[in-house]
Amino acid sequence: MQFPGRRKKLIGSSQNDLYDHCLQFYGQPPLENISLTEFETFAVERLKLLKTVENLGVSCVKNSEQYTKKLDAEISKFFFNKEDGISEYEKRRKDHISHFILRLAYCQTEDLRRWFIQQEMDLFRYRFNDLHSKHKTDFLHKNNLKYETVSAEEKKSLQDKLIASSYGLSGTKVEEHDVYKVPFQDALDLVRTRKVYLLAGNAYIPHHEIVTIVLNDFRTRLSKALAMTARSLPAVQSDERLQPLLSHLSHAYVGQDYSIQKNIGKISLEQIDALSGKSFPLCMRHLHKALRENHHLRHGGRMQYGLFLKGIGLSLEQALQFWRSEFVKGKVDADKFDKAYAYSVRHMFGKEGKRTDYTPYSCMKVILSNPPSQGDYHGCPFRHSDPELLKQKLQNYKVSPSGTNQILELVKGMHYQLACQKYFELTHNVEDAGFSLNHPNQYFTESQKLLSGGRDIKKEVDMSQRSQENPASVTRPSQANSKQAHEEMGDLDSFFQDE
Amino acid sequence: MSTSDYDPACLPDLLPLYYRRLFPFSQYYRWLSYGGVSKNYFQNREFSFTLKDDIYVRYQSFTTQNELEKEMQKMVPYKIDIGAVYSHRPSQHNAVKSGTFQALEKELVFDIDMTDYDDVRRCCSAADICSKCWTLMTIAIRILDRALREDFGFHHLLWVYSGRRGVHCWVCDDAARKLSVAARSAVAEYLSLVKGGEETVRKVVLSDPIHPFINHSLSVVERYFQQYAIVDQDILGSKESVDKVLAVLPEDIKKDLAVSFKDEKDPMKRWNLLCDLVLRKKSNSKKGGQYFDKEIMLQYCYPRLDVNVSKGVNHLLKSPFSVHPKTGRISVPIDLKELDTFDPFEVPTISLICEELEKPRAEEAEEDDMKDKENEQEAGERRRIRDYKRTSLAKYVKVFDRFLEAMARSRKGEMLKKSDLQKDF
Repeated sequence: MQFPGRRKKLIGSSQNDLYDHCLQFYGQPPLENISLTEFETFAVERLKLLKTVENLGVSCVKNSEQYTKKLDAEISKFFFNKEDGISEYEKRRKDHISHFILRLAYCQTEDLRRWFIQQEMDLFRYRFNDLHSKHKTDFLHKNNLKYETVSAEEKKSLQDKLIASSYGLSGTKVEEHDVYKVPFQDALDLVRTRKVYLLAGNAYIPHHEIVTIVLNDFRTRLSKALAMTARSLPAVQSDERLQPLLSHLSHAYVGQDYSIQKNIGKISLEQIDALSGKSFPLCMRHLHKALRENHHLRHGGRMQYGLFLKGIGLSLEQALQFWRSEFVKGKVDADKFDKAYAYSVRHMFGKEGKRTDYTPYSCMKVILSNPPSQGDYHGCPFRHSDPELLKQKLQNYKVSPSGTNQILELVKGMHYQLACQKYFELTHNVEDAGFSLNHPNQYFTESQKLLSGGRDIKKEVDMSQRSQENPASVTRPSQANSKQAHEEMGDLDSFFQDE
Repeated sequence: MSTSDYDPACLPDLLPLYYRRLFPFSQYYRWLSYGGVSKNYFQNREFSFTLKDDIYVRYQSFTTQNELEKEMQKMVPYKIDIGAVYSHRPSQHNAVKSGTFQALEKELVFDIDMTDYDDVRRCCSAADICSKCWTLMTIAIRILDRALREDFGFHHLLWVYSGRRGVHCWVCDDAARKLSVAARSAVAEYLSLVKGGEETVRKVVLSDPIHPFINHSLSVVERYFQQYAIVDQDILGSKESVDKVLAVLPEDIKKDLAVSFKDEKDPMKRWNLLCDLVLRKKSNSKKGGQYFDKEIMLQYCYPRLDVNVSKGVNHLLKSPFSVHPKTGRISVPIDLKELDTFDPFEVPTISLICEELEKPRAEEAEEDDMKDKENEQEAGERRRIRDYKRTSLAKYVKVFDRFLEAMARSRKGEMLKKSDLQKDF
């Protein structure tokens, strides 16, 4: 892909040739020119969609009514354009391009690749299942998937065997719907569990199960493609326009970033101990405890915790006092603190050096970057703690055994933010947190709201949704920030602020 | 007698003779070269040898048949294992950049070991086998051979007696050799029905509908079950074994049978009672899918395979025609046409065939010796062929020959197909 400023449009009929089906395997990369703006917008919007896919995938039963409704809404949002009458072509183009951009961002590490493949697969599965049966067959043909349909005579002769091997197959279904013949190597999940009829090396897959096979194919192709993309990434990253964007995308979440401090000075230092037990997410509670016990934190911990404190409203003076009083209790005397550590606190507040006002770390950032080593207390306990230790900690914090187990299950499934959300629900004694956790400061704000509100959880959700739909009033300040960010190409968090 | 008394202490003397004059090197090389279709297929194959005093060496590889012969005659391995075809010559694996030396292909293999049936055979245990429990191997071979051919579409299967207490299957089709780890494990799991270890009482659970594969397997088991289990193993004879059988049944059936068995002592009749009762209970139950009698048959007879042996592309398995050091028996190919009469105790030992070799030869032999003086290498081979033909090893090498012929024919057929497609006349 090349990126001059102008956009080149494709003419009529070639549009149809390029995207002849609403779904695709993303085999060919896009070959057109695209503006930087569109590049960024497409990427961010697809990311939002994939994050929704992830959240829904764990909070709802897949294919339940709730899941379908919500995912449908999100997909429509993705394809919806402010200009009326977005054409089918435009939709497919956006699908195509946004996927490939995210490949660039998500090919770099095993974790990122796995996440991306999982969400893209879930999205694909949903959209494929949603297709009319004729379009499913269309898709298979157009993608040269060598899945032959079984002839009517063969179907008849094998009817009993087919019914006895495949789940949910009846005589009428066999007659009316296609059955596909697929080499058994392409249907391993069904072979392994003996849920399919095998003959002469072929698996006989009924129509309603063909999606499993297609998905395997999808996963294999995407996995290979990501590995290849990772190899060519250095060339892409050397483009200065793209590098900060891509690296931010892979750590991005979409939502508030708590860079603009509200409630400055509303928290007093004496309250912090109590707050750490009540309203801090586990990572920050952990860091606070370590700081109190050791009178010290290493750099990673200072950054993660210090920025969090800034986000909840500590002023620079308060922060300096907080850190100094704690460090002085340890091995650091007041002079040394002023010389060595005070600078870095001021740096965090943007009062030194580049004067960049650092934003508090989001959950993604905490989970994915800078894993803790021996002697560190930062990171995400759900991601970085040994499950046994995590279990003990939760028990110490009086989380019920059944609650602890639920949390551990989520951790096993690598749903760290959901585990933290569950921790929120258990410690605040609510059934539903009412928000989708992706930032430690969000945890704090929501907790404070809950504890001091007596608020109606449902109302909060409606309010936050409404504010997302009315970007006009809120985007003005962020647009000012975004111009700044563009000029500086420094901190991009505010550019992605979306409210 | 087919077994001269074998004494492991004689191995150091017998093995050199075996490798010089009896081991079928040219067929062996022909097998592992697979028609020379893939470059360096033989050269990149790993062999491992267990030498005298249990010294184990891996990553042995050879460039030609001649080199293989010379090395084996020199090292005189007690055991020979065959591994995978790698990306580079295994003997040079240390010179290869780390990470690039990889196992690429290998036959799909299965290892059926009699010790895995110890919980359901009463005649022997551990490494012992007898004619009574050998039926289990017959059943295993029939079930797996059918499934691998009919369900999975494989054609070139070599079944080999391991030399002591089991059988191996080498699936040599092109497609089989290229299977991934995931595919191998999927095939092995498809073929697995008996699940659970010591703590599991009921190791086979069937539910409706019964998959065609299970039905096929059941019909094989049913052919042998009465003679093998009821008569030979006498599973419904003594109280101890009856209890074991009944342990997998639900309480109500167990109780009824315990009562009826007090009066009925004939094991065959007991089995019929059991089947009738299960049938009756099934038609009464709304749930359906109660196949306890079939489950018992499968638990006592269905093949037990070690998935780990089949999974790994780089797994090393005992080579056909190697000697079993403890029994002296040669790992010979099994002729499936004569499966029901195969007797592991009739398999020749190394001492027997060496003895047969020493018997005085006929007159034609001297003429052949004259011809041999002309060309030494060919002479060596011709002599070797004449040699094993005089021993009990002959008929097993013939089985191997037929197997190789079938593969050669199939390769030829493939090439014709390909050239037809390319319109190369």
